Amino acid sequence: MSFLVGENLVGGYGGADILRGCTIEVNEGEIAVIVGPNGAGKSTAMKALLGMLDLREGEVRFRDRNLSSLTPQRRIAEGIAFVPQTQNVFTSMTVYENLEMGAFLRDDQIDETVEQVYELFPILAQKRDQLAGELSGGQRQQVAVARALMSRPSVLMLDEPTAGVSPIVMDELFDRILEVRATGVAILMVEQNARQALDIADRGYVLVMGENRHTDSGSALLADPVVRRSFLGG
Amino acid sequence: MEVLGDITSAVVLLLNFIVVPGLSYGSQLALGALGITLVFGILRFANFAHGDTMAFGTMIVILVTWWLQAQGINLGPLPTALLALPAGILLTVVLLVVTDRLVYRHYRRQKSAPVTFMIASIGVMFVTNGVVRFVIGPNDQRFLDGERFILRARDFKASTGLAEGLSIKVSQGLTIVIAVLLVAALFWFLQKTRTGKAMRAYSDNEDLALLSGVDPDRVVLVTWTIAAILATIAGTLYGLDKSFKPFTYLQLLLPMFAAAIVGGIGNPIGAILGGYVIAFSEVMVTYAYKKVFIYLLPQGLEPEGLVQLLSTDYKFAVSFVILVLVLLVRPTGLLRGKVL
Amino acid sequence: MNETQKTTAAFGVIALLLLIIGFAQSWNVALGILNLCLISAVMALGVNMQWGYAGLLNVGVMGFAALGGLAAVLVSQAPVAEAWRGNAGGLLLAAMCFAATVFAGIFTYRRVPVGRTRTLALAAVIIAGLFVTRFFLDPTIASIESVNPAKTGFLGGMGLPIIFSWLIGGFVAAGIAWCIGKVALGLRADYLAIATLGISEIIIAVLKNEDWLSRGVKNVTGLSRPVPYELDLQSSAWFVDLMRWWHADALAALADGARSEALKQFAIDGSSIFVKLCYTGLFASVLAIILWLSVRALNSPWGRMMRAIRDNEIAAGAMGKNVTRRHLEIFVLGSAVIGVAGAMLTTLDGQFTPTSYQPLRFTFLIWVMVIVGGSGNNAGSVLGGFLIWLVWIQAEPVGVWLMEFSTGWLAEDNALRLHLIDNAQHMRLLFMGLVLLLVLRFSPGGILPEVVRKRS
Repeated sequence: MSFLVGENLVGGYGGADILRGCTIEVNEGEIAVIVGPNGAGKSTAMKALLGMLDLREGEVRFRDRNLSSLTPQRRIAEGIAFVPQTQNVFTSMTVYENLEMGAFLRDDQIDETVEQVYELFPILAQKRDQLAGELSGGQRQQVAVARALMSRPSVLMLDEPTAGVSPIVMDELFDRILEVRATGVAILMVEQNARQALDIADRGYVLVMGENRHTDSGSALLADPVVRRSFLGG
Repeated sequence: MEVLGDITSAVVLLLNFIVVPGLSYGSQLALGALGITLVFGILRFANFAHGDTMAFGTMIVILVTWWLQAQGINLGPLPTALLALPAGILLTVVLLVVTDRLVYRHYRRQKSAPVTFMIASIGVMFVTNGVVRFVIGPNDQRFLDGERFILRARDFKASTGLAEGLSIKVSQGLTIVIAVLLVAALFWFLQKTRTGKAMRAYSDNEDLALLSGVDPDRVVLVTWTIAAILATIAGTLYGLDKSFKPFTYLQLLLPMFAAAIVGGIGNPIGAILGGYVIAFSEVMVTYAYKKVFIYLLPQGLEPEGLVQLLSTDYKFAVSFVILVLVLLVRPTGLLRGKVL
Repeated sequence: MNETQKTTAAFGVIALLLLIIGFAQSWNVALGILNLCLISAVMALGVNMQWGYAGLLNVGVMGFAALGGLAAVLVSQAPVAEAWRGNAGGLLLAAMCFAATVFAGIFTYRRVPVGRTRTLALAAVIIAGLFVTRFFLDPTIASIESVNPAKTGFLGGMGLPIIFSWLIGGFVAAGIAWCIGKVALGLRADYLAIATLGISEIIIAVLKNEDWLSRGVKNVTGLSRPVPYELDLQSSAWFVDLMRWWHADALAALADGARSEALKQFAIDGSSIFVKLCYTGLFASVLAIILWLSVRALNSPWGRMMRAIRDNEIAAGAMGKNVTRRHLEIFVLGSAVIGVAGAMLTTLDGQFTPTSYQPLRFTFLIWVMVIVGGSGNNAGSVLGGFLIWLVWIQAEPVGVWLMEFSTGWLAEDNALRLHLIDNAQHMRLLFMGLVLLLVLRFSPGGILPEVVRKRS
């Protein structure tokens, strides 16, 4: 039994199908990474799980409930958080306000979660009253992830969190993601930096043309010569 | 100390003819521009119907004022219109919300281009304008009652012994006080409340706001409500200060747009700043400085002409020129607005 | 129904409506409406070029139409020699000062490094230039305006046949459009809309206040005509003969004594219709020429490029098309067409009254025409021009009639009833708004939508 699973997904943005029957799943306390060439439908698969495109076939189940009829907003309320690749912070709001927006659907006190998030990303505690738009690219990514964590999600989905950040920041970000996993959150990532991402992945998907090409643990995929040759550049 | 007296007189002149009118007109523009900028920030289109929304709200206030006056109800020294404001606001909220349901919501669902919204707002403008003219007619209406002045020029002269008088109308004082209170309330709302933050978030980044669970319909509803409040109050204050005529309100559209863009469209603080920039420029450029120079310059050097940069008929030109300059030099506005 | 049939049917309906008006009211009224329909159609074509071909939102139609009207005055009025005498020097000096200010401004803008210094220097140049210009201009204006103010009080015009103004009106509007386009094009659509709204208000303000140029609110009346005058017709033998021949049957039926009286009446009625027909001929020719040119342009490679830019600016830009440059071209062309229409309108009115330029009538009504008719389709715009003008002009009597009818159960002097009947004329604004909203919502392409040609 899987925690969150998109099974046999078929669909696209109105035109030709981008997803052609792929299956993606992730469990609690586990990192799943989707890699693959450009145009393979990696981000689309993630958006399908979130309900941002119409599926022609297949279904999305979360805790054994079918989510297919729910809007993205409802799925977020169910405990799925999403960090888009770009424009993932409110630039005209302070870091703290960004965190508040992340907890928008919560009715209880958020102070404790804020403290937890500050512990995870200490730099944000320092910059709490600065506008997110004034932060560096790496710090913004941290705000973005922190914002998503504020809803205390059970699934965190990240769309290329390391796009456009320096290797040092990337390593740091992956470290943080590992810490998040330690709290029992299920993490699903789409990544361009396939080698580093698979390195920390419990489960890896290589997607080609909207279909699963290889599915295995992260380390097994890294060790697989076919995967290495075709997708990891040798 | 004749020199000192002259300088004081010159200052009083400037206060009387530039600062006081500039502040009150600026406040009226600022409130109008705030409405435009909020609608732009949330719904992302330039609302051509805003001037007529103001006219509609003011019309309701006038009608209720007349009714109250007929009942013998008044506020003593203050204009009765203040009592009528809640009714005006309420009906204007209804107008805007119904308009949104019937007109704009469809285009929002279709994710239409901003231009489509703008053309739809032209249609709404026509309809609102027609309703206003149909109900109250195209002519000037006055509805100011109570005291006229807080400070009369005559009294000021008598008590200070100066040659120049300073007068402050009740409508001007009211405008400034109400504008300050209203803006303070608006900013408290936007900065401190959950709904206010949701609005700012939605304006900043619609997709991310949706991902955070913000309900777009609610945000839009609140936006129209605030726009209605601002428009009705701005329109009523303008009507008390000057007079009410449907066509004038249509013409206010240009300085209000200019204020919103000059300040940085989508940015509320910018809209207020822009309102005052436009108002003061209009007043300053169209004021005849002759008397000021008579006081300040030694005898024999007085200017012959009026020393007026532009005749008052060109006040629209002033807002426009400032608008063009800002578009050329800094398209995002004085304070950074939406990148256009 | 295919495209051609639909167009034909739509215009057939218009013709039928005009015929009904002709029979029910009078031919004089029908022709009067037809002439304004033709002018509206030309204006709508101009707006359609900008909006339909290129997606440019011009909310300053009123201003460009007024410029055309001004051209009609400046071309046709006789020059006021007395006003020119002694003032030409002052005008020249003022013009030179103005030009010098503009050049100094541009120089400062280009040469002084960006920063506060530049802003201050630019402001100083502009204010100083304004004062120096005014120093020469003010006394000159005062002197010009003091020349027989009841009759002239302005410089007058060139004294040419008014029909030239149709061309010149186009050029004047084009010139102003170039200036505004240079500033506002390349920014978002909203900005162009607001900028054009502003420029049109300023143009009207100038025309209302610069008495030396346009006589301001004193209006210029009695403009010359490109067609004969009614009185001349009634007294010319050939026209009376024409009327005698046209009404031969009716005249034959009359008693001998009544015949010459009746003929006189026929000549009076006929002359007015004849004059209107002459205008119809002229306007229809202009419309036909502009329509022909528009259709040619739309189907040329240039028109294809224009539509490509409209549909996907970014892609067109990426393919090396100079989007801003093309936008400027179409904006100037469209405005010129509006200017031509404005000049024709003033010619038809025989007078120039700046206060009559109202944005609802001159800007937004034209927009309704374009959108209802079908943006992007020239025939659609022409149809919209005809149809909306008809509705606009007939909505008033129909509105009054409706109000009288629906309040018939109230007493004659009931205040509500009187108010409703009095204000019924404003119902047409409401009605136009509703038409615009309904078309935009349920038939966004308009009555005759743009024809999208697919490559076979």
